[in-house]
Amino acid sequence: MIDELLYFLELFFGGLTRGSIYALIALGYTLVYGIIELINFAHGEIYMIGAFTALIVAGVLGIYGFPAVAILVIASLAAVIWAAAYGFTVEKVAYKPLRGASRLSPLISAIGMSIFLQNYVILAQTSDFVPFPQLLPDLPFLEHIGYIMGPSDFIILVTSTLTMVSLTLFIRYSRMGKAMRATAQNRTMALLLGIDANKVISLTFIIGSGLAAIGGVLIASHMGQVNFAIGFLAGLKAFTAAVLGGIGSVPGAMVGGIVLGLCESFTTGYFSGDYEDVLAFGMLVLILIFRPDGILGKAKVQKV
Amino acid sequence: MKPVLEVRGLSRFFGGLKAVSEISLTVGEHEIVALVGPNGAGKTTFFNCVTGIYTPSAGDVLLHNGEKTTRLNGKKPHQITALGMARTFQNIRLFPGMTVLENVMLGRHCRTKAGVLGALLRSAATRREEQDTVDRAYELLRSVNLHNAYASTAKNLPYGAQRRLEIARALATGPSVLLLDEPAAGMNPFETRELENLVKEIRKKYNLCVLLIEHDMNMVMSMSDRIYVMEHGSCIAEGTPEQIRHNPKVIKAYLGEESDA
Amino acid sequence: MFKQRLLKAALASVWFMVLTFPLMGIQLNRVENVIHWRFDRIAMLGAGIFVLAMLWHWCFERRALGLPLIKLPDKVVNTAYSLPSRPLFRRGLPAVILMGMLLMPMVSSIYQTNIMISALLYVMLALGLNIVVGLAGQLVLGYAAFYAVGAYTYGMLYEYFGLTFWVCLPLGGLAAVIAGFLLGLPVLGLRGDYLAIVTLGFGEIVRLLLLSQADLTGGPAGISNIPRPGFFGMEMSLDQVTTYIYYLVLGAVLLTIVVISRLKNSRVGLALQALREDEIACEAMGVNTTRVKLSAFVLCSCWAGFAGVIFAAKTTYINPASFTFMESAMILSMVVLGGMGSITGVVIAAMVLILAPEYLRAFSEYRMLLFGAIMVLMMIFRPQGIVSSERRRYRIPSERQSATENKELSA
Repeated sequence: MIDELLYFLELFFGGLTRGSIYALIALGYTLVYGIIELINFAHGEIYMIGAFTALIVAGVLGIYGFPAVAILVIASLAAVIWAAAYGFTVEKVAYKPLRGASRLSPLISAIGMSIFLQNYVILAQTSDFVPFPQLLPDLPFLEHIGYIMGPSDFIILVTSTLTMVSLTLFIRYSRMGKAMRATAQNRTMALLLGIDANKVISLTFIIGSGLAAIGGVLIASHMGQVNFAIGFLAGLKAFTAAVLGGIGSVPGAMVGGIVLGLCESFTTGYFSGDYEDVLAFGMLVLILIFRPDGILGKAKVQKV
Repeated sequence: MKPVLEVRGLSRFFGGLKAVSEISLTVGEHEIVALVGPNGAGKTTFFNCVTGIYTPSAGDVLLHNGEKTTRLNGKKPHQITALGMARTFQNIRLFPGMTVLENVMLGRHCRTKAGVLGALLRSAATRREEQDTVDRAYELLRSVNLHNAYASTAKNLPYGAQRRLEIARALATGPSVLLLDEPAAGMNPFETRELENLVKEIRKKYNLCVLLIEHDMNMVMSMSDRIYVMEHGSCIAEGTPEQIRHNPKVIKAYLGEESDA
Repeated sequence: MFKQRLLKAALASVWFMVLTFPLMGIQLNRVENVIHWRFDRIAMLGAGIFVLAMLWHWCFERRALGLPLIKLPDKVVNTAYSLPSRPLFRRGLPAVILMGMLLMPMVSSIYQTNIMISALLYVMLALGLNIVVGLAGQLVLGYAAFYAVGAYTYGMLYEYFGLTFWVCLPLGGLAAVIAGFLLGLPVLGLRGDYLAIVTLGFGEIVRLLLLSQADLTGGPAGISNIPRPGFFGMEMSLDQVTTYIYYLVLGAVLLTIVVISRLKNSRVGLALQALREDEIACEAMGVNTTRVKLSAFVLCSCWAGFAGVIFAAKTTYINPASFTFMESAMILSMVVLGGMGSITGVVIAAMVLILAPEYLRAFSEYRMLLFGAIMVLMMIFRPQGIVSSERRRYRIPSERQSATENKELSA
């Protein structure tokens, strides 16, 4: 009985950890979609680039003999900054020239960007898996419950919760956050009121990419290795999470991520690990067919 | 007079908003009926309910075709078109990259049959059907005076010609009722007069009845047989142009100081 | 003006050097724990970006002024436009190309014939995808799944029942049609970008199932020793069988071209193009959009199924790694480059994209990078593709009338 409960808790926290990473990445999809109605297909690659940047910076600092905490902080910061810069650049190069084009053009451009970035990383670094340094510190107070929740789980949960809370506060109360919400609701009106749409869109990409990079660093230290392809799978799953919660909705992305993480964890734990990815994609397909507005999204009336 | 299109108590809600509320309306054989009202009165929503783009929340839409009566609620737009109702759009929706002729040919889609297999085998019947489509489409272009531009791309046509092309495309579906959503919008008085003549002409030639939404009161008054006036989703008046002109409710709600228009 | 452009380009160059520095400029050697600083790469990149940025701004300035990117002399343009209507060109050029294609296996080595076979196979795949993406404007990202269905139909039917290529070819098409129908029915009502993602998800599910059902499909190892197509039980050497497959694929491509051009110029084809242009208006004009989309989708998956069977017979070995998303994306980029809905364009694009990396070895490393870049650049600068869709000519009544009048006159 106790064993079963412990096992359940282990799966629960495992799912929560995984889910909060999905949520972090899903936020990037949802923010961008909310503003320019584009599925930013290259978002998963930004997350991957974030993880790679952290890995390289940590490697360099490690060779120079920096202390572990300093490495963690600097590498994570570098990951966030560079990922944000990549996100910003991708928007400027691949999406901005396509504003006002037919709906599929930016999506095709985004797919092209995703392929480009993957192969860019292969050419610039390697196509093999690279071990990711153990950056996260050991937390002695978790020793007794280590079976259900390890230190990395704990750190991931705390970091992602903090990040999501601050994002929510930012969107709700800051000037730019309000501008973002206004632009998402009605771009023309926002423009008329003097909101610089380009600035808002850039900011959205920067925030989304930064969040993805945090997710990238966390998951890479959790899993212990990265390669160029991790972004594709994680990106698709995060997109599933975003759709699950209703794409365009910020709380929806968080809930969707957690739900997806828990579902995956429980199926793997109670049935078999073979179908983990099939489950995620199956959910994606079924939600889009039967409830394309997600759990928290609102149905939209098509304008004629 | 025998009604062709009959709408009974049609309502459409969006959440709590009553966009259209209990509208009843008939269009009889060979009649031109106008639906007028200020912006946001729910006229286009009404059109969208009748043509199947929105599902009505309540009420009936009936189409009488000879002895047969069909209830249109819940039917898909393409089914409704096939049953004999065709429309144009307020903000022109042509197929911009296709030629003028192809635009009209597409309208014949629901009156022709060739499927994928026919296309691949290109049997004599398919080819005959295709040439027939071309001939009829060209004929329709002639009646809206666009036959000389048949090979140009639709998006390159001037504005007024695009409106006429939309009418020709709608006619190609072989309708018994033609719904025109603000056909004169953006036209100058001369073009409007031409359009008015065109609508009367095609009504006679193709034996149609017409329901139109229009803001140009001069045009509405001179060409319609009957007028319905909508405000805030409801119908506030109905009658001949003469009756509408003198209806105090209409004067107050819609025409305002332009009562002598 | 020019100074400003220089400044902008210099800024872009600096920005990209900083941006790419960690990934491009630092290489860690984990065994000896040393860092290789690759400043040479960064400098080269900076110079490259400078030139590209100049070009980029120049392109946008041209576009803002409404000028074409490349201004050819009027004479060249006029000749190019009139070429397709000249009978010598219309009949002559295809005839010459066809002769060349027919003669090719007699003069080239097995290796080259094999490359040409795979290029032709991609032409077939790209043309098939062009029905749904190019003609109907519906973005499908899981195309490789139908290709896989065809290939595995042959692989498994041979493995378990010993069925031959010629029996499996229609069966592979049929299996893909069934898969296409089952997927298409619920998803084709979805909005464009959702449809793209659903088909992508479906493609991944198919691949993952092929991987996980190891006792049935051989899992990651796949199925090997699939026989090449037979010719009335004749024994053939490798050389002969390659030539044979070459002609088979060439025939399939020609058939594809005929089928697609007929489809394009038909009632259904017209409805598909209207669907691409404006879905709401299309439905309002009496087109059963679901049905039209479904027929296009089914035909497109059928083609992928055929191509899959041929692929399995050509390589004699299949595994899930051949049917990844990258495969779908590659075929998509051929359609995008070639021009949505254009047959000539797609044929050229598929040939170039497959053959160029094969023959320009230096190129091949950058192949997928280029595919990605092409998709982005084409969308920005030439969304209609290298060859914009050919216009069809119709015989209008007045022309026919005057033709008959002329006859009467001459009679």
